[in-house]
Amino acid sequence: MAATVTSTEVIDAAVGGGPRPRGGNGFNKNGGRNGQDGEQLRFSPARYRMGVWVGICSIVMLFTALTSSYIVRSASGNDWQPIVMPKVLWLSTALILISSVTMEISRRSLKQQKDARYGRWLMITVVLGLGFLASQLIAWRQLVRQGVYLASNPYNSFFYLFTAAHGVHLAGGIMALGYLLVRTRRKRVTVEGELRRVGAADSATIYWHFMDGLWVVLFVLLFYWK
Amino acid sequence: MSEATHDEVHRHPAPKGFIRKYIFSVDHKVIGIQYILLALSAVVVGMLMSVLMRMNLSWPGTKWPIMGTLFPTGAPNGVMSAEFYLSLVTMHGTLMVFFVLTTAPQGGFGNYFLPIQIGAEDMAFPVLNMLSFWVTFVGFIVLLTAIFAEGNQTIGAWFTKLGESAWGAGSGTVGPIGGWTGYAPLSALGKVAGPGQGAGVSLWIISIAIFCVGSLLGALNFITTLLNMRTRGMSLMRMPLTCWAWFTTAVLALLSFPVLLGGGILLLLDRMAGTSFFIPGGEFVSGSLIPNHTGGSPLLWQHLFWFFGHPEVYIAILPGMGATSHILSTFARKPIFGYRAMVFAIFAIGMLGFFVWGHHMFISGMSPYSAVAFSILTLSIGVPSAIKTFNWLGTLWGAKIRFTTPMLFAIGFVSLFVAGGITGLVLGQTSLDFFFHDTYFVTAHFHLVMGVASIFGMFAATYFWFPKMFGRMMNESLGKLHFWITFIGVYAIFVPFHAMGMLGMPRRYSNFGEYEFLKNSHSLVLFVTVAAIITVAIQIVFYFNFFWSMFRGKKASDNPWEATTLEWTTATPPPHDNFAGVIPTVYRGPYEFAVPGAPRDFIMQTEPEGVEVAAGLGERSGNGGNGHQH
Repeated sequence: MAATVTSTEVIDAAVGGGPRPRGGNGFNKNGGRNGQDGEQLRFSPARYRMGVWVGICSIVMLFTALTSSYIVRSASGNDWQPIVMPKVLWLSTALILISSVTMEISRRSLKQQKDARYGRWLMITVVLGLGFLASQLIAWRQLVRQGVYLASNPYNSFFYLFTAAHGVHLAGGIMALGYLLVRTRRKRVTVEGELRRVGAADSATIYWHFMDGLWVVLFVLLFYWK
Repeated sequence: MSEATHDEVHRHPAPKGFIRKYIFSVDHKVIGIQYILLALSAVVVGMLMSVLMRMNLSWPGTKWPIMGTLFPTGAPNGVMSAEFYLSLVTMHGTLMVFFVLTTAPQGGFGNYFLPIQIGAEDMAFPVLNMLSFWVTFVGFIVLLTAIFAEGNQTIGAWFTKLGESAWGAGSGTVGPIGGWTGYAPLSALGKVAGPGQGAGVSLWIISIAIFCVGSLLGALNFITTLLNMRTRGMSLMRMPLTCWAWFTTAVLALLSFPVLLGGGILLLLDRMAGTSFFIPGGEFVSGSLIPNHTGGSPLLWQHLFWFFGHPEVYIAILPGMGATSHILSTFARKPIFGYRAMVFAIFAIGMLGFFVWGHHMFISGMSPYSAVAFSILTLSIGVPSAIKTFNWLGTLWGAKIRFTTPMLFAIGFVSLFVAGGITGLVLGQTSLDFFFHDTYFVTAHFHLVMGVASIFGMFAATYFWFPKMFGRMMNESLGKLHFWITFIGVYAIFVPFHAMGMLGMPRRYSNFGEYEFLKNSHSLVLFVTVAAIITVAIQIVFYFNFFWSMFRGKKASDNPWEATTLEWTTATPPPHDNFAGVIPTVYRGPYEFAVPGAPRDFIMQTEPEGVEVAAGLGERSGNGGNGHQH
């Protein structure tokens, strides 16, 4: 994931660049050229990235709790009956994998200051994300039609729970992307505004890749873990 | 969102209207005070419930005036029923653990002082900060609703409409009766499990889930703020120990609350959607077979709950440790003994706390091998705890102590932490725990160490930071009166608890009169009740002092305690952006008291050193200071 941590060369040029007096708080370059520097700049985009990583830690713990319960529960009774995977889940998986690529293209476009391209790929990512959610819903509908309900078997309970929990978090990601998309229309005037935009796009990208990885883990756990 | 409002959200100039300034404020100082007021309200309800419990234990069968009118079903004719007692136990625990011990130390004081102590103008995400308070507040309201859903037939009936089978309502207790641990399977079954297990428990779970979300948002904010927003020169090892405590607490909250949230979701699904995560098949409750469930594991709930529950007790006490270290050093007029060791110890306590949850479940039939592993890990927490205790004593050793009220409470914290912690070594051993499990010995242990000690930390913090928060001093005489009676009172309450536990008195029982072997201990029960009533009553002095001093107290100067950290460099109370636009630069560690050769006996963190010393330190402290090499 190291690639997702952007540098902010472009921005630095805009502020005048050049080495500044040593300062900052000594964490993660915050005190060097890219860091906060006294009165001139009290904001570092690292804040958004850090926030999203911390948030990811808590989401990881939520899913650790749920997947541990899944493993424990699968062994605690003899009523465990896995379902046949709805084929449409392959489509979901493909959509979310592709969306990660498009999100990355979008983020890199912003870094290269290609605003139109950034907005375009952001839009494609949002569409792919919505497509993923639609595809998940189709999977649910298919299962319901087969009589596979939430409470009919512990495996089903976990299947619905995992897909729902992941879907809710992904919907949050789509909302974040939507927010970025709305804001592409406006030109940043201040340096800090630009920094915030870069920071927000970076953190949304990190979150999006995480949602992608999380789905792959859940997918493997639900259908290939024995 | 327009550019103007966007900037307002992040840089937020001082708000004008009353609502933006005091209600939906994004200012961490206002939010901190909101958290403190929330805790001050919750603790009153919690304390009154504990007095009711004591009254019932001491004088069972008595017809209390008013009670019969307030709770016609739970306390018919004023006589408290067993279910009523259990619901008091549950709500007392839940209110105290979540809405007092978690909100006041971290959400309250942490919110107010962490940004100031690291020289930041606000939290990293001010809007998120506001959200985390209001989410917590909603959780509080939902918890209070649980009281009425179970306690009142009329209100309970409204909730019945939401789903008769799983909810049920209006059992006439004061609230859910599952205990603060809400053990499955009874908590997972709905109203078929008996009175106090209907709608109230559902609302209780929902309230806890909402609280989890609020705490997670808060923890995210704390961690990011501390890592990203420290001012120039504020390296990690120059932070006050309070900041380390709040940081460690935030890490614990971040990693443990999601597990409770996950468990809560599973429990709620069991209750409302008919799943079988925690409900085993073929279960008989109150003589009837529970249909439609198979294979669930009640122990799974215990694992999930205690994986959260144990870190939670550190969430309650670590901020108290931070405040105590800070205050001891200030009034001993000495640097804290072993700053680095204190930092590592607090982090070690926090991290070890994740691997010991099994010691709450020794009697659950777990493998003796895992029990031994949990036991050894549990006892190993004694090491960092002892490091902290000895360092506190080392700080006090040979000091010219200023016995102010905050100092008294900080010393009281050390005393209670030792007294309560030492029984942790007893309970952490499987063989002894087999006897003590679910007796008053356990109640004594955790009340002293996580309940009262944490509260003492918060009292110390309140008396210490009150002048900074409200610009006025709290009354010292009333403070000392409050300290001595509370200090003696809590020992008078909880030391006899140990004896009761050794006699085998089980916790959560509403009446001991029926048990021959406990008949002789009734005088002990009475003694505790009298002590409890006196201790609770003296808190009126604290409340009076708090609110009276807010308006009538002696005006405070900017640094009334002659302390060294950043909050004392700014105005009292601090301006909206904390430092009135002047960003502080930090040149030294947080506890530079009695430095040889210095003009005063304390040196503020912002005071520059002599030139050659400054150059040397600059090289050493800037662990990220390779800015020139890019």
